[in-house]
Amino acid sequence: MIALLLRDLRLAVRAGGGFGLGLAFFLIVVVLVPFGVGPDTAVLSRIAPGILWVASLLAALLSLDRIFALDYEDGSLALLATSPMPLEGAAMMKALAHWVTTGLPLTLAAPALGFLLSLAPEAYAYLLLSLLIGTPALSMIGTFGAALTVGLRRGGLLLSLLVLPLYVPTLLFGAEAVRRGADGLDPSGALMLMGGITAGCFALLPFATAAVLRINLR
Amino acid sequence: MLRVTDLSCERGGLPVLTGIGFEVATGQALILRGPNGIGKTTLLRTLAGLQPAVAGAVTFPEDEGAYASHADGIKTALSVTENLTFWADVYGAALPDDILETFDLADLADRLGGTLSAGQKRRLGLARLGVIGRKVLFLDEPTVSLDGFSVKLFAKWLQKTHLAGGGVAVIATHIDLGLDAPDLDLTPFKADADAGGGTDEVFL
Repeated sequence: MIALLLRDLRLAVRAGGGFGLGLAFFLIVVVLVPFGVGPDTAVLSRIAPGILWVASLLAALLSLDRIFALDYEDGSLALLATSPMPLEGAAMMKALAHWVTTGLPLTLAAPALGFLLSLAPEAYAYLLLSLLIGTPALSMIGTFGAALTVGLRRGGLLLSLLVLPLYVPTLLFGAEAVRRGADGLDPSGALMLMGGITAGCFALLPFATAAVLRINLR
Repeated sequence: MLRVTDLSCERGGLPVLTGIGFEVATGQALILRGPNGIGKTTLLRTLAGLQPAVAGAVTFPEDEGAYASHADGIKTALSVTENLTFWADVYGAALPDDILETFDLADLADRLGGTLSAGQKRRLGLARLGVIGRKVLFLDEPTVSLDGFSVKLFAKWLQKTHLAGGGVAVIATHIDLGLDAPDLDLTPFKADADAGGGTDEVFL
């Protein structure tokens, strides 16, 4: 299974668009916000947690349709399905590869962008922590959505419609943790609930993803 | 080694083939024949387990089946060696030393998959079968876009290495591979389109 993870990472690096695109998109969305709402730092620092989290969701969404589409088109998905590697494991590795190429760079870049939005100094640690805990769930949920739409032409829009509502709990608790951190309140409750969501996603969704892939491969 | 009894399969909810039965002994191959659309691909996908059978049974030793279709699963951004190494890792096998020579890929070892011609890609796709070490092969049109020399190369590998090594193969093809293998014409097994038996039946 590690072979699949390494292959996907290698492909992301070589084919380009893996690491860079989502990150650049995140950067541009966050930079556009001060242009839209004006340079008032009080307003910016108030909306910064929400903006950073919403921008992360959208950036993660951007590369979801590539998770299975390329493997489906060149036939390797059918070959993987008939290989000794359990499809559940393949689904988890795909989600993990997506996280390493999207979620992790987003998490690392977020504090720098928090500075652009004059995020409260107390909140940086919680921004990093909440993204670190929350973005794996985004990748896993997105992988499930990608499996649902794998055989469809122009499934990208449908994928967004399916996946974005499922991102709501992660967004709620993620932004709430950062906001509480900025206000000097204890954010551990929100962080723990988000950790629960992530753990639940990784426990259940690989099975759902594999089941959906089997149906779509028929 | 491979036994198929009274198998029926469907495509898109419509019955395609029905009542198929055959046996392939160790070291033997079976060539599927029949006009386009008769259901050769459907049968092979059903045998490989990619889609469920409507009725009947397919038995072969567990974890010994492998499927190869028109789509080779070649990654354009990986080199020939990297493509093969990936499949070797997935199957927990080692890359055989002579695999590149066997399929005439030695000169292309470091070329990216995307820069190969259709025939070279096909040879790489077939070389995967030599890497994964499975005994029961389901091959769908393995010789598409191969030239005469490459077809002989593949037939030689199939006969001398795979079948002689105790494997079996079910092959859908329109050309003569030069194998000493019986043909199975699928035309008599064509299902009546109104016969029902598709998985949608319970909903109708």
